[in-house]
Amino acid sequence: MADDGYQAQRSYSIASSPEDDNVVLTVERLDDGEVSPYLVDELRIGDELELRGPVGGYFVWEHSLGGPLLLVGGGSGVAPLRSMLRHHRALDSSVPTRLLYSTRSFRDMIYREELMQTGADAVIDIRFSLTREQPEGWDGYSRRIDREMLAEVAWPASERPLVYVCGPTGFAETAANAPVALGHEPDRIRTERFGPSGG
Amino acid sequence: MDALDGNSIAGTLAAVFDTEMTTATGTCANCGSSGLVGEFAVYLRAPGIVARCRICNNVLMVFVDVRGMMCVDLAGLRDLRTAST
Repeated sequence: MADDGYQAQRSYSIASSPEDDNVVLTVERLDDGEVSPYLVDELRIGDELELRGPVGGYFVWEHSLGGPLLLVGGGSGVAPLRSMLRHHRALDSSVPTRLLYSTRSFRDMIYREELMQTGADAVIDIRFSLTREQPEGWDGYSRRIDREMLAEVAWPASERPLVYVCGPTGFAETAANAPVALGHEPDRIRTERFGPSGG
Repeated sequence: MDALDGNSIAGTLAAVFDTEMTTATGTCANCGSSGLVGEFAVYLRAPGIVARCRICNNVLMVFVDVRGMMCVDLAGLRDLRTAST
């Protein structure tokens, strides 16, 4: 709430795991947004915010759900997937896990160093796609996520992986429809979409 | 406008129903298909909040905040059940 009483509410995914000491939110600054430029540029230590939550049990991975676990993220949609990866590691889980993470460029990759380190874990495999701009010598994917890419990265439908897709609406539709077309059961696929309408 | 999903109104739903609702199952009164609330197609700027069936596009839920009073219309749902766990 601002000094003049103005209030604005937004929903953000939690990027930390239940084992972490602090709640971590990932905020992507949208130039035409109302709240995100404030959170990214103006918010200072000591400023007060009102948080409600956590809410929403749908886009949640618990260890008892098992796997294999396929995480597909676009842009800041990596946030809740990072939470799942941290939870996985905190439990020292043996559930085979793959993350496919798509961003525009190397610079746009959120949690880049951490994810690269996580990908060195024997049971966690991380693949990247840079859709617009790739550094020299880039050996990851260089295009938007499509059915062929998911067929390469995902387990066969017969292994019944649990699939979590998070990203902007267009990305999420493509990334969630592709596994269905590849024969995966729709009720093993969970999707969280966010839109430019958020701000 | 692209639809979001029921995850985006988890907070509103929790405030209205006082329980976790994104894992609840709703049945469309028009086409009879069932889906998790987290998967409903949600439009935040309708005006008010509108959740639609992903199969037949029927309006399932409408939430409109009128001067601090939340008006809820669930007429598009035949059934709404929270998860048993």
